[in-house]
Amino acid sequence: MSKTDLTRRVSRRGVIKTGAIAGAGLALPTIFTSGARAFTNEPMGGTVTLGFNVPQSGAYADEGADELRAYQLAVEHLNGEGDGGMLNTFSSKVLEGNGILGKKVGFVTGDTQTKSDAARASAKSMIEKDGAVMITGGSSSGVAVAVQGLCQEAGVIFMAGLTHSNDTTGKDKKANGFRHFFNAYMSGAALAPVLAARYGADRKAYHLTADYTWGWTQEESIAAATEALGWETVNKVRTPLGAGDFSSYITPVLQTDADVLILNHYGGDMVNSLTNAVQFGLRDKMVNGKQFEIVVPLFSRLMARGAGENIKGILGSTNWHWSLSDEGSQAFVKSFGTKYGFPPSQAAHTCYVQTLLYADAVARAGSFNPCAVVEALEGFEFDGLGNGPTLYRAEDHQCFKDVLVVRGKENPTSEFDLLEVVEITPAAQVTYPVDHPMFAGGALGDCNAG
Amino acid sequence: METILLQLLNGLDKGSAYALIALGLTLIFGTLGVVNFAHGAIFMIGAFCAVTLSRIFSLSFETVDPSKLDFLGNPAKIKTPYVEAWFGADAGAWMIDWAVPLAILFSIPIMIAVGWAMERGLIKHFYKRPHADQILVTFGLAIVLQEIIKYFYGANPISTPAPDAFRGSFDFGAALGFDPNVIIYPYWRLIYFGFAAVVIGAVFSFLRFTTFGMVVRAGMADRETVGLLGINIDRKFTIMFGLAAAVAGMAGVMYAPILSPNYHMGMDFLVLSFVVVVVGGMGSLPGAVAAGFLLGILESFSSMNEIKSIIPGIDQIIIYVVAIIILLTRPRGLMGKKGVMED
Repeated sequence: MSKTDLTRRVSRRGVIKTGAIAGAGLALPTIFTSGARAFTNEPMGGTVTLGFNVPQSGAYADEGADELRAYQLAVEHLNGEGDGGMLNTFSSKVLEGNGILGKKVGFVTGDTQTKSDAARASAKSMIEKDGAVMITGGSSSGVAVAVQGLCQEAGVIFMAGLTHSNDTTGKDKKANGFRHFFNAYMSGAALAPVLAARYGADRKAYHLTADYTWGWTQEESIAAATEALGWETVNKVRTPLGAGDFSSYITPVLQTDADVLILNHYGGDMVNSLTNAVQFGLRDKMVNGKQFEIVVPLFSRLMARGAGENIKGILGSTNWHWSLSDEGSQAFVKSFGTKYGFPPSQAAHTCYVQTLLYADAVARAGSFNPCAVVEALEGFEFDGLGNGPTLYRAEDHQCFKDVLVVRGKENPTSEFDLLEVVEITPAAQVTYPVDHPMFAGGALGDCNAG
Repeated sequence: METILLQLLNGLDKGSAYALIALGLTLIFGTLGVVNFAHGAIFMIGAFCAVTLSRIFSLSFETVDPSKLDFLGNPAKIKTPYVEAWFGADAGAWMIDWAVPLAILFSIPIMIAVGWAMERGLIKHFYKRPHADQILVTFGLAIVLQEIIKYFYGANPISTPAPDAFRGSFDFGAALGFDPNVIIYPYWRLIYFGFAAVVIGAVFSFLRFTTFGMVVRAGMADRETVGLLGINIDRKFTIMFGLAAAVAGMAGVMYAPILSPNYHMGMDFLVLSFVVVVVGGMGSLPGAVAAGFLLGILESFSSMNEIKSIIPGIDQIIIYVVAIIILLTRPRGLMGKKGVMED
């Protein structure tokens, strides 16, 4: 084909015409749907689609896999399959196991890769292409904040998964976003009194902190809570995410008069920094006439497994633990354990609960309209979901409930028996005013229905 | 003084890992002319050899113990490792405890096989291709390998402890007359440093004092002439690829107790090790070793709070800053040879 032929066939006008037709074609579903539907992705048929956006690859893939298991279990229970799990213990009784508002619950999944941009892309795809009416999931605060912002713009509800930064329901809070998981402030408020009671009020703490939003807010929260009880903060050192070998950050601790090391690390960083700290003999050290102690404010059983014996005796906090004896926790552990052969993680628990809470809010509101759901969730008080009486505070969409202070178990009886609950801190002790400085700077805004 | 000594020790063990990986990288580059970005993945596979042997030794059979309950309230299944049943409780427990050192023996044939398969199956097809192609294909291979490891072992780090006897730490301070409990160093890291020194010494001796090594060195200097003498230099270079893989693999095995193995650990080390090779001089074995230790120590010192308070974030960039300075002032690297990577 000669150049002239090609030019003739692919004319400028032809390209514009083809582009216009293709563009109109692509926009067609949106044009019709936005006109016909009252809100984004209003379910029209016999099913409703939920979007589970979890890390299926990347460093938190194991946690994401556990979240996905929990979501699938929640969908089964909502559709009336299985033993019903926590639907049987949930204080609200509007869910009857016939889907949500009579529509069978379906789901699509996305891979956040624990990266904000990838998480936003997968959430966007689930909303625009799959018609997801609610997005939930995530194992990182950076991801949660990014996806929450996207859901606000798109006019769908975001039920956050595992996100512990104060910012998620602080400066980055959004009207369409809700968090069941506890936060860094709550960890500090629950943990500090236990630390002071066990290690004394005259302690010098050295912080190693993951250098991103979650690490900063946890460092701030734990330092404030411990300083209020008399501890002195000797140093705060930021460490890069995924530093691998933390020995060069651990050894300077030996040169100070600090007698407590606080590891504001999560996931692989927590495993490595804790392992390094133990290898350097910090736990055998005596400083200021006191036994040197290590604290991991946010514990995850899945990740504690990676630290092996090094977690023994280490104090931290967690949102939920499978060993809890309340009726809701036991029902969930039974359902999950029977289906998968091992107990659920705290990430699985919060994701399962968030799915039920969303479904329940829709059922109580009698509508999938995000603004109706927001109204139903705001100020909602419930029980029977594993954390005792819980409030979804209207002003910031944060759940307020008891917080568990846990310790690495000295004599585990099984591979799952890694943590023991040393104290259940009542919700009142971890509740803070809406205008608390650590949560200042953002506004909830108005709900967006699309 | 104590701080400096401690950071020096820190730098030595990190430098040991860099040097071992860089040694293999530069060995492959020097012999085959291939820039092998999959070399970090070999280090990672080595670490997972330790995990694998540890898991093999921990393979257990279950017996139901009605007196205990599992997490669902059913009679608990008690696991007993096969090695304890076969070799007795003490011998079995010893094997599980010593899984990491024993994994060195386990890893050598595996790593040589992995290296051979990589070289024969993929990399040999890229010998005459530009370095950019080699980097792309080996980088892709590294990603494939780490995804395979993630599929089988999961994404989280896996604790792989050193034998009980080496889990403690040595009080250097007390031994050198400083205050006790100030210069503490884990036994295993000291062992790692010693291990690296032995491996590096063995590789150099092999190349210098054996006929095989002499031929390989001759081939590195002038491949064509050695080939014209009737020596199958390609075959010898393939063996060197296997040797380089074995060195990186053993480095990974021994590093497992220091850094709980995870699927992306190879990539973390690869980039730094590649910088080490460039700084040391492409194709220079002594350069790779010297630069490995030099950059490990520099990285360690730059993590000191005193230095970071003056230049925040210096610990993250020091290696690259030094690499830029050395390459600007001495483009061939510390001990690079004329003509290498200069075409």
